[in-house]
Amino acid sequence: MSMKKMASAAGVALLLLTANAVSAQDLQVKQWASACANCHGTNGKAVGKAPALAGQPAAELVKKMAAYKSGERPATIMHQIAKGYTDAQIEAMAAFFAAQK
Amino acid sequence: MKRRQFINSIGAGAGLTALGLSAGCATVGGSKGKVVVIGGGFSGATAAKYIRMWSEGAIAVTLIEPNPAFVSCPISNLVLGGVKQMADITTSYDNLKNRHGIQMVRDTVVAVDTTKRTVTLAGGSTLPYDRLIVSPGIDFMYDKIPGLNNADAQSKVMHAWKAGEQTATLRKQLEAMPDGGVFAMSVPLGPYRCPPGPYERACQIAGYFKREKPRSKVVVFDANKDVASKGKLFKKAWADHYKGYIDYRPNHKVIDVDVQTKTLKFDFNDDMKADVLNVIPEMRAGTIARTAGLATLDNRWCEVDFLTFESKAQKNVHVLGDSIQGAPGMPKSGHMANQHGKTCAAAVVAMMTGQEVPSSPVYANTCYSFVTPNEVVHVASVHSYDVEKKTMLKVNGSGGLTPEANELEGVYAMNWAQNIWADMLG
Repeated sequence: MSMKKMASAAGVALLLLTANAVSAQDLQVKQWASACANCHGTNGKAVGKAPALAGQPAAELVKKMAAYKSGERPATIMHQIAKGYTDAQIEAMAAFFAAQK
Repeated sequence: MKRRQFINSIGAGAGLTALGLSAGCATVGGSKGKVVVIGGGFSGATAAKYIRMWSEGAIAVTLIEPNPAFVSCPISNLVLGGVKQMADITTSYDNLKNRHGIQMVRDTVVAVDTTKRTVTLAGGSTLPYDRLIVSPGIDFMYDKIPGLNNADAQSKVMHAWKAGEQTATLRKQLEAMPDGGVFAMSVPLGPYRCPPGPYERACQIAGYFKREKPRSKVVVFDANKDVASKGKLFKKAWADHYKGYIDYRPNHKVIDVDVQTKTLKFDFNDDMKADVLNVIPEMRAGTIARTAGLATLDNRWCEVDFLTFESKAQKNVHVLGDSIQGAPGMPKSGHMANQHGKTCAAAVVAMMTGQEVPSSPVYANTCYSFVTPNEVVHVASVHSYDVEKKTMLKVNGSGGLTPEANELEGVYAMNWAQNIWADMLG
C-alpha cells in the first residue's frame, strides 16, 4: 500500500474511530505493538532490566528504529527486527507506546 | 490531517483503552460472549489474557489446563545442565485469574462438540463456548518406537520435550550417572518443537559433564542430515568448548529402544547402549486437536487461516501454537506461539464485538540458545501477512543470526524469558 493510499485509508478509519471507542485500525496497531512485548513487556512495560518502551516519546522511538534500520545504531538484534517493519508501522507503534503510562 | 497526527491520535486512543483495563478485571462475566481456551502454554495463556485485555472484559474467558503451574521449555535445558532450578522456569497461573478475571479450570478436555459448541472435561462436566481456542501443544508419536509405546517404558526414558516432571527426572538421571558414563539423546525428523533445542541441550549437558563428570560424554543421534538451526554457531561452540564431550552423528534415526538394556536401535546403523537415554520422538498436534478433527494435514498438523487462526476444518474453532501447520519459515517456538496468541486475540475480539478483523498482522520470532551457562546465540525473523498467498511470509531483508556467541545476549535471553513469561501470565 502506498503512503497516500494508507493515509486515506487511515482517514476513513479515523471517521469510524470517532464513532467507536475501538476501531479495527486500533486493534491492528495493538497487534503490531504486542509483538514487542516478548522482550519489552506487555504494552511496553518491561520486567527486569529490559528497556521499557512505555511512555517514551514517539519521535524518539521512531528515530531509534530508523537508526537500527539504517545500521547507524549498533545492535545485537534490533537492526534485524527493525528491517521487518515499514516506516508507517513503526510510527503507529511508536505512538502507541508513547501513550502508555 | 497529516498522517503522523492521525497516527498519534490512534495511539492516544489505544493508550486510554489500555489504561481502562489495567485497573483489573475481577469478574468473569462477558456481555459479548464466551471463549474457552484449551491449554495454558505460550499461545493459549497469551490468547486468554489478551482477549480479556483487548475486549476490556466484555468477553468471558475460561482456560482449561491440567498442570497446576506453567513450566517453561525455554530455559529448561539450563535446568538439565544444573545452572538453573525448576523454580526458575515455573510460573503460577494465579495472575490470569486474579488480575484478568480468567476462569481457570484444572482439567483436560476429552471431547469437543462443534455443533453444540461444547467441550467435555475428563472430570465429566461440559462447558459451552461461542469460540473455542485449541492450543494443546504437541504429542509424541510413540507408535513409531515400539519399545517405548507403553507407560512403564515412558516413565523410564525421558523426552523432556515438555518441561515439568520430565525435566526434573532427566536431571536426576544425569546426577545419578557415574563419571565416565554416556548420555545418548535422539533428535526426531522435523518438523518438531523448537528446532535449535536439541543442540542447546547437548551444549548444556556437555557443560555439566565438563565441570563435574569430565570422563563422561554426550552422543547426539540426529535423524536429520544436519543440525537443523544455527548449525555453524552450534558446531563452533562444540569445537570451542566441548571437544571430546559431544559426539554428533547425523542421519541416525531411532526406530526402537530396549529400555531394559538402555539400547537405541536405528534404521541403518549399529545399536548404541548408553547410561542415560533421552529419546525425543517425532511429534504431531496435541491429542485433542486430532480427535476434534482439526488435524487436516496428514492427521498430524492443523491448518489455519493466518488472519484469525480459525481452523480450516471447523468454524468458531481456532488453533494456535505448535499444533498448527506453520507458514513458510515459521518455526514451532514459544515466541511464535505467543505471537499466534495475540494475533488470534485481536481477531476474536474484532469478530465478537462487531469490528473488522485486522488485515495486516506482522510479528517477529526471536530465539536465543545458550551455548554455555552465559553465552548465547540467536536467530530472528519478522513475518508479515501476504494477501495474495494468504499466509505469513518472512519480510525480505529482515532477521538473521548472531555473528558470534556472546555474554550480552545471555543477559538479553534472560530478559526475553522474564518478559515473555510475564506477557502470558503476568
